[in-house]
Amino acid sequence: MSAVAMALTDGWIVAKRNLIKIKRIPDLLIFSTIQPIMFVLLFAFVFGGSIQIPGVTYREYLMPGIFVQTVAFGAGITAIGLADDLQKGIVDRFRSLPMSRAAVLVGRTTSDLLNNVFVVIVMSLTGLLVGWRIHTGFGEAAAGFLLLFAFGYAMSWISAVIGLSVKSVEVAQSAGFIWMFPLTFLSNAFVATNTLPSWLQPIADWNPISSVALALRDLWGNASTDPAFRGSGFPADHPIPLAVGWILLILIIFIPWSIAKYRQAASR
Amino acid sequence: MTGAGTAIIAEGLVKRYGDVHALDGLDLRVPEGTVLGLLGPNGAGKTTCVRVITTLLRPDAGRCSVNGLDVLRHPDQVRKIIGVSGQYAAVDEYLTGYENLEMIGRLYHLGKRTARRRAGELLERFNLSDAADRPVKTYSGGMRRRLDLAGALVVSPPIIVLDEPTTGLDPRSRLGMWDVISERVRAGATLLLTTQYLEEADQLADDIVVIDKGRSIAHGTPDELKREVGGERLRVTLGSRTDAQAAAEILSRVCDGPATFPDESEHLVEAPVTRGASALVEVVRGLDAAAIEPVDIGIHRASLDDVFLQLTGASVDAVAEEVS
Ligand SMILES: Nc1ncnc2c1ncn2[C@@H]1O[C@H](COP(=O)(O)OP(=O)(O)O)[C@@H](O)[C@H]1O
Ligand SMILES: [Mg+2]
Repeated sequence: MSAVAMALTDGWIVAKRNLIKIKRIPDLLIFSTIQPIMFVLLFAFVFGGSIQIPGVTYREYLMPGIFVQTVAFGAGITAIGLADDLQKGIVDRFRSLPMSRAAVLVGRTTSDLLNNVFVVIVMSLTGLLVGWRIHTGFGEAAAGFLLLFAFGYAMSWISAVIGLSVKSVEVAQSAGFIWMFPLTFLSNAFVATNTLPSWLQPIADWNPISSVALALRDLWGNASTDPAFRGSGFPADHPIPLAVGWILLILIIFIPWSIAKYRQAASR
Repeated sequence: MTGAGTAIIAEGLVKRYGDVHALDGLDLRVPEGTVLGLLGPNGAGKTTCVRVITTLLRPDAGRCSVNGLDVLRHPDQVRKIIGVSGQYAAVDEYLTGYENLEMIGRLYHLGKRTARRRAGELLERFNLSDAADRPVKTYSGGMRRRLDLAGALVVSPPIIVLDEPTTGLDPRSRLGMWDVISERVRAGATLLLTTQYLEEADQLADDIVVIDKGRSIAHGTPDELKREVGGERLRVTLGSRTDAQAAAEILSRVCDGPATFPDESEHLVEAPVTRGASALVEVVRGLDAAAIEPVDIGIHRASLDDVFLQLTGASVDAVAEEVS
């Protein structure tokens, strides 16, 4: 078996093990969907009327932003899951077995991806209920969801490095998420970046969250007709290639980094 | 085991954590098909040593091989031939016992069917069949420990490494565990076992290495070690010192060595014995005939504490453990 094939078969065995946990504690899944549903409803009904976006309703403009934020936070559970396995010594058991060195990470990121897919389905239904629609064809709609899941998957690998570094569930619970607040709010996810102080605008425009959100708006027909709402420069003109580039860059850096971390991870 | 080689070789292992020398030049050799008991108090470096041998930890210096495979250079091959159970049961709480073992089997790359069959067999062997389909969350500590040990035996590995496998078990589970372990050894496996219990090493091990502060301070067969610390001693506590000489004479006659007075008061008399029970009966008869009434009488066996105290130069008798 080649190294990649072994990583995938062993990874799937580990992913199934992680999914059994979700099956045994369904509350986990229920609570991970409540927050995004709440966000959709709160933004839709609290800000929905007050924020004006030319050419599109605020609810439609908002949904891609909430989607991106949700998959990013959803990727945060990767850190918790890995820290938990380290703390309980299960990683030691895995590391003493002749399995792929990448399998625990492949398995964890895969099960967290499936968790994200489920959450996005529930959110999409909530979004449809409050008036969000995709105005493009099947191909572009599907491409949007693929991009969204790919981004969540890439974020899981960043989260993996954090989980393997902090080694304790309690720390992972904050360290895994705290950086995501500035990351998601310093973006176009909820507001147009031209409302930000001018020195923050380029940062927000180049933020991967903005690229993915803008790409989704373009792919789903949820973008404003006013170019001022896209930000400026390259990120405004080429959100889709930029989003794909960000995803690849994150994967290229964080997959080898987390595998290296996993190799030396010592739980106690 | 005729013509057998050395299954586990560790040479000059060093591992430092800041100022602590967890391993300080440790050497070990375990001949194929034998059991080595690694004995030491808390913090002696047992777990660190086990982690190096099982590929989990890189030592700062030294070399280690398992069946001729260098642990640092060929960890993947080493993992195929070892079964490991760590100091703390590493089982998944949300999986059932069966699912835990099946998963381990799959990760050793047994086929699906073989992995399932092995899981069933092992659960049976470890008396966990009734709990097989319950999440491990509901298991007692002893049940988890047994499941973890079963995990080490999924592929019937030729090399088994167990870190304090019976710590925290009740006496009955401990005996059961000894049974299963001996069975694997009779089938030809090589075993490295750490323990804090001299008795356990005595039961299971062909050889014992005693370690402290990361280095080996004694090694030998269980008998050799016990002889080194004086073995069993018969001890009589007297009501007054007037009977001391008469009691000492009786002990010297019955026991396997001259009687001594371990403390100043001369209320205590003791002598080494090998057949403790029959010597005890004879001493009681002798004392009775001489009309000496002891306050207490019993056999004191050398404990691990004794080994350490002996090896570090302190008096054995000061801490002899009362066993009868
Ligand atoms: N990861 C670690 N970080 C710091 N110190 C450690 C670590 N692991 C072990 N030690 C120290 O090394 C020494 C040996 O520990 P260990 O091998 O666990 O002993 P034992 O298993 O015999 O009780 C102890 O002093 C312990 O505190
Ligand atoms: Mg230990």
